[in-house]
Amino acid sequence: MTLGKVPWLAMSVLAICHLSVLLAGFFAPGSFEVQNRNLAFAPPTRIHFVDAQGRFHLRPFVYRWVLRPGSFAEYEENQQIGYPLHFFVPGAEYKVLGIFNSRQHLFGTGEETRIFLLGTDAYGRDLFSRLLYGGMISLFTGLLAATASALLGLVLGGLAGYYGHWVDEVTMRIAEIFLAMPWLYLLLAVRALLPLHVDPQATFFLLIGVLGVIGWARPARLVRGIVLTAKEREYVLAARSFGAPDLYLLRTHILPFASGAALNQMALYIPQYILAEVTLSFFGLGVSEPIPSWGNMLNDLQHYLIWGSYWWLFSPAIVLVAVLLAYYRLFSFFKVNSFTF
Amino acid sequence: MRSRAEIAVCLPILLGPFSLIAGTSELPLTAQPSSSVCTSISSTEEFLSVKGEIGQCGGRLIISKRSEPKTLNPLTAIDNISRDVIGLMTADLIHVNRDSQQPEAALAKSWTVSPDGRKYILRLRHGLRFSDGYPFDADDVVFTFQSYLDERTHAPQRDLLMISGKPIAVKKIDAYSVSFTLAQPYAAAERLFDSIAILPRHLLQRLYEAGQLMNIWGLNTPPTQIAGLGPFRLKEYTPGQRIIFERNPYYWKSDAKRQRLPYLDGIAAVFVTNNDAEALRFESGETDVISRLSVANFAVLERDQQRRKFRLYDLGPGLEYSFLFFNLNDLSSDILPSLKEKQSWFRTVAFRQAVSSAIDRESIIRLVYRGRAYPLSVQVTPGNKLWMNRSIPPPVRSLPRARELLRQAHFSWGSGGSLHDAQGQRVQFSILVNTENVQRVQIATLIQQDLKELGMGVSLVSLESHTFLHHVFTSYEYETAIMTLVDPDPDPNTEINVLSSKGGTHVWHLKSNNTPSWQDEIDLLMQKQSITLNLGERKRIFDRVQDLLWQNMPAVFLISPDILVGAKNRVGNFHPVILGDYTLWNVEQLFIHKEPGAERGS
Repeated sequence: MTLGKVPWLAMSVLAICHLSVLLAGFFAPGSFEVQNRNLAFAPPTRIHFVDAQGRFHLRPFVYRWVLRPGSFAEYEENQQIGYPLHFFVPGAEYKVLGIFNSRQHLFGTGEETRIFLLGTDAYGRDLFSRLLYGGMISLFTGLLAATASALLGLVLGGLAGYYGHWVDEVTMRIAEIFLAMPWLYLLLAVRALLPLHVDPQATFFLLIGVLGVIGWARPARLVRGIVLTAKEREYVLAARSFGAPDLYLLRTHILPFASGAALNQMALYIPQYILAEVTLSFFGLGVSEPIPSWGNMLNDLQHYLIWGSYWWLFSPAIVLVAVLLAYYRLFSFFKVNSFTF
Repeated sequence: MRSRAEIAVCLPILLGPFSLIAGTSELPLTAQPSSSVCTSISSTEEFLSVKGEIGQCGGRLIISKRSEPKTLNPLTAIDNISRDVIGLMTADLIHVNRDSQQPEAALAKSWTVSPDGRKYILRLRHGLRFSDGYPFDADDVVFTFQSYLDERTHAPQRDLLMISGKPIAVKKIDAYSVSFTLAQPYAAAERLFDSIAILPRHLLQRLYEAGQLMNIWGLNTPPTQIAGLGPFRLKEYTPGQRIIFERNPYYWKSDAKRQRLPYLDGIAAVFVTNNDAEALRFESGETDVISRLSVANFAVLERDQQRRKFRLYDLGPGLEYSFLFFNLNDLSSDILPSLKEKQSWFRTVAFRQAVSSAIDRESIIRLVYRGRAYPLSVQVTPGNKLWMNRSIPPPVRSLPRARELLRQAHFSWGSGGSLHDAQGQRVQFSILVNTENVQRVQIATLIQQDLKELGMGVSLVSLESHTFLHHVFTSYEYETAIMTLVDPDPDPNTEINVLSSKGGTHVWHLKSNNTPSWQDEIDLLMQKQSITLNLGERKRIFDRVQDLLWQNMPAVFLISPDILVGAKNRVGNFHPVILGDYTLWNVEQLFIHKEPGAERGS
């Protein structure tokens, strides 16, 4: 089989994004929740090579932002002291992959000052760190929920297609009900039914669960169609005539045939589910403060003032668009090449 | 370089169908230049002459409203927008001047009070007419009070007109005199007449007899079937777009030159979707007046004042206050089972005081309100100059004091700095906020961080407003919550509903049978001040109420935001105040300057 043009750029974007958020604690120079109340809406820290006296420095350095007296959020650099940037600096404690603790950060300036690569939000929290930690919620909700949908669709669609008759009838009618549901409103309704106080971890898994369950219908219908064809193939009929049990046939011959469709759907669902999480958090119904997600970070953009004044708050939107485009590109690639495994 | 404000103005255009602005632009809704000629008053009418700059007649004022009115029925309106709109079309017997905050003669030209403070005789102005030309007299007044007191009407003001559980007895003395007898003396009884809109008996008598008054004057009622004594009358209502009022030709106020008011030919209120859309409309010049500006929008518009010929006003703190309150209700165990043990913390005065001490109100003011708010110790704001208890100290953040209070209440800290109660239970609770209100969500986020420094684990639960209210007022499923209330009037009587344990908005004890002794004392004091006629004595009583609130802190009062409004320079007689809707309290005196250089600020 010849592959179409492999979307290396899209795959690189996705790889970088997922790796960065997976190791958010390492890449983030600070904590996502520490409020620097004297640095609300501080612009991105400038990285210098030339100091105020015009001297060149090989090691990049930053100046500390200082609030201009009498202003609300206008800052100037205190050029009296420069803080050199270092790699692998100790800093705030975090968990690597949720397993062990570490204090090593990829870069930073030490304890004296903080570097805000993408500026700060309304509470003076580092946007770059929040973007990385927020990606953990947003990207992995999409990835895990889409995987759940695809697996569920593969199993239920496979069973419906293989056994036919009433199994098929019942499964497909239920699938139609799920397809007809306005999923965003359903999500809002499900969230409203949940207990009042759900901790962020539980919210994360609930979101994955709910999204995964409501999205099974489309892959199930596709898989069913493929299974209906696959089960009549000669090699399947031959295996059956040799006495192969149903489970063996499904596992070895039929479902692998349909897995391409499921993968295809998964690539389509990931961006949709990322968007669903972002939407819910945007409306304040996803994970709650201070845990970041791209949705609740974008919440600030609802306000008129932010649009014109603090452009760096758009950074989650820019990353989100890039990730979504990359996923759609990947989906097109899968679709064109109709992968089967 | 294009200014940020310009970019913001362009955005709705760029966004096209996704524009923030509601309604359409088909209507040429611009403030029309003044053209009408003022009419002189007749000698048969007893006019009320008002002070102020002599204006120019004509023109239409464009304002914006963040939602449509729900009704035009003064008897049943409860939301602010409906009440604001109805206020343009109706008048009351005695009116609280929104500027001086004192009651003044309105449709009643004078009144007398009996020595025992129970009987009021009001003398009405002669020769007045409703907006449909029909004469006004004492029968309309008696009919109005009958209507408000009629149980079938379900008027929200009915409770106000019941003194000690008995309705005010209203009796016609002659065509222009009416007596009002109260079951017992009532402090500031004159204020009871404010906002009781006088209704036209000739239009509504039949409906009253049929028990149909709660259904009158909907938004679809033809304008000819609505009449009032306010400065304007309904001209046109277009759902989703606007409501237009025209001048009431029979209005009963005049200026110093004996010209009949209002000066304006009409008012158009356009409906917008939110605060930002309202600010955009004002900035682009589509509306003439804006009230209730958010601090963020104020900051943006402030830069453009001169260029765009409008002026913004920061009126200082009004009567609005935000507070954090604890769920102290007696609840059955099936409602939030985990709440029971948390209530043992919430019911500890030292715990509540520690929470108050740990909250950095200055940060809230600086980060959320950009310095345009005032820290509060109790619910009476600095805007309420007469009734504020100045002996109560301003709130000061002190983590050492908070820790000391918690230590005294047998709380302790674990190895990671987390706070535990005497039973070793980690102190963790949630704060319920209304998602739509950005400021409250921000306040909660700051409090979350403040209390973390005390070792408390605080989570935020944000719900849309209807669900939020359901949790607070109906299901009681919450631990703590942040709310904002606005007093309609500085007088303590308007606080009874909040402060007395039987009040409808007494949020911290809504469903409690075992009220603490200090709450019983507040109940008694609020009752006592309502029947005390001596102002000094009332002040002492209300000061004591504030002392009790400060000492026991059933709610942690946070801040009172400044009132921020604006108007185009061409709007004359614009004197915003901290009461009501802030900007249109003297709408009959507002006018549009005819000559381009004549306006303020030019």
